[in-house]
Amino acid sequence: MPKEPLLIGCGAGFAGDRLDAALPVVRELIAQGKPACLIFETLAERTLALAQLRRRQDVEGGYLTTLAELLAPVLADCVAHRIPIIGNFGAANPAAAARRILQLATTLDCGPIKVMAVTGDDLLSRMSAGELLAMPFSPPARIAPASLVSANVYLGAQGIAQALAAGADVVVTGRVADPALALGPLVHHFGWRWDDWDRLAAGVLAGHLLECGAQVTGGYFADPGVKDVPDLASVGYPIAEIAADGSLVIGKPSGTGGMVSERTVKEQILYEIHDPAAYLTPDVTLDLSGVTVEQVGPDRVRVTGAAGKPRPATLKGTVCFDGGWLGEGEISYAGPNCRARGLLAIDILRERLSALALAVEHHFDLIGVASVFNDADGRWLDQCPAREIDDVRVRLAVSGAERRDVERALQEVEALYTAGPAGGGGVRTHVTPLMNSTSVFVPREAFAPQIETLEA
Amino acid sequence: MTAEDFVDVPLHQIAHARTGDKGNRINVAVFCYDPAVYPYLAEQLTEAKVLACYGHRAPSAVTRYLVPNLAACNFVIDDVLAGGVNNSLCLDRHGKGLSYLLLAMTIRLPRQCVSGR
Repeated sequence: MPKEPLLIGCGAGFAGDRLDAALPVVRELIAQGKPACLIFETLAERTLALAQLRRRQDVEGGYLTTLAELLAPVLADCVAHRIPIIGNFGAANPAAAARRILQLATTLDCGPIKVMAVTGDDLLSRMSAGELLAMPFSPPARIAPASLVSANVYLGAQGIAQALAAGADVVVTGRVADPALALGPLVHHFGWRWDDWDRLAAGVLAGHLLECGAQVTGGYFADPGVKDVPDLASVGYPIAEIAADGSLVIGKPSGTGGMVSERTVKEQILYEIHDPAAYLTPDVTLDLSGVTVEQVGPDRVRVTGAAGKPRPATLKGTVCFDGGWLGEGEISYAGPNCRARGLLAIDILRERLSALALAVEHHFDLIGVASVFNDADGRWLDQCPAREIDDVRVRLAVSGAERRDVERALQEVEALYTAGPAGGGGVRTHVTPLMNSTSVFVPREAFAPQIETLEA
Repeated sequence: MTAEDFVDVPLHQIAHARTGDKGNRINVAVFCYDPAVYPYLAEQLTEAKVLACYGHRAPSAVTRYLVPNLAACNFVIDDVLAGGVNNSLCLDRHGKGLSYLLLAMTIRLPRQCVSGR
């Protein structure tokens, strides 16, 4: 059993992440010459539902649209240096993603390669829509069969570990718990047992810190003059070094921007955490209440103290269903009395929408005065004190079941050019589909991962 | 200590914070720059005060978890995103920026604790 530490680099933290972030990470992994792997996390709740819609249009679609662009800079180097790549970029179609990666490997002349797709997360491949819709949802939801878009359970790390044991160069998954992308290679490397809760917890903590990419290396952190971060334009994505006992150090590639400090790491430890003593994942329940951080070198922070408790008996699934349409329209006012002109525009729109009696819900913001903190009823906007301001932007957001109602509402924003307050400019409108979601819990025994192998 | 020995400071001056979202719920984790002021945060940043801070968004509940090992308080704020990331009409559907509403609160500290970060 290897006892040397494992290096895990992260090349992306969400579907819209930087496409060139992985290259410095891979260069660093190669330079260090230790056992290593590279993970990509690209799958939010909504991302998977949209991918499912693409698969309906194209049987070979439904994986991350930027897959080839993301992998092209690093695939050949990773294969040549035996650095396995693990990513959930398979989204709604891991098998098709695997075929696309094989094709890319051929184009790039990567030599022999084994790509493995881990599936089994799609609930609708295990049960009918009728059976699914009869299950209890949390929060409760009434879903018409025709509006059901996707239903996927969060798988754990076992399928990934199995694929790596079978010699995969690339492991493509659909929905897995994000930290499983790191836990799978750790279990494979160290041979940890699936009931060694403290080790599994340490692996989940490593994955949790890596899974959002630059958020642990200075991204989502900078506050000029308060929390300064150098060179975010070339921020280095994280590399974790994990020892056999589960202790870990977060670092980043040399020569990159950003920083790894106790503060950047602490913010990410609690990111999206509810009860710090019970972070539920499919593989283990992570207890963070004894975790401490220590700067052990420039851009190197040691994290210790993760504790584990048995995993939950059920797996969580996310069910996405058609939520109608979202429309957004904006118009700007600047210079003397712009706040009053913006507020007048909102009053006019409110009156027009009321008279049109469209089947839409609406929400107004006055960007520059109240938007990020604002609420649906404008209570925040109403109480914002008057102060010197010379540039505001009115925002109308509407949602409705019918696209034509949403478009009709946005037409009223455009009409403010001629029929609204003085000096209104820069109208932009756009309409996008909305996706609703809820959760379902299923017995884990029914969802063993399946593995499909492609070789060239 | 007398009243003159205390001073009200914006939380932003002595703490940093990050928001995470899940569904129609966010967590805001608040970290002290100086662990010495952590007891004052734990004392003054109550669930009731944080509920009031986000009151205009009508959250249904605030749960606070103290995390002394990281000199942090973690607030879980329910139903604050007007429907959640998938169908909220808010500009910032994830509530990414809502940590800065908490950092705009003030906190009362002994004068000698306010030396910056």
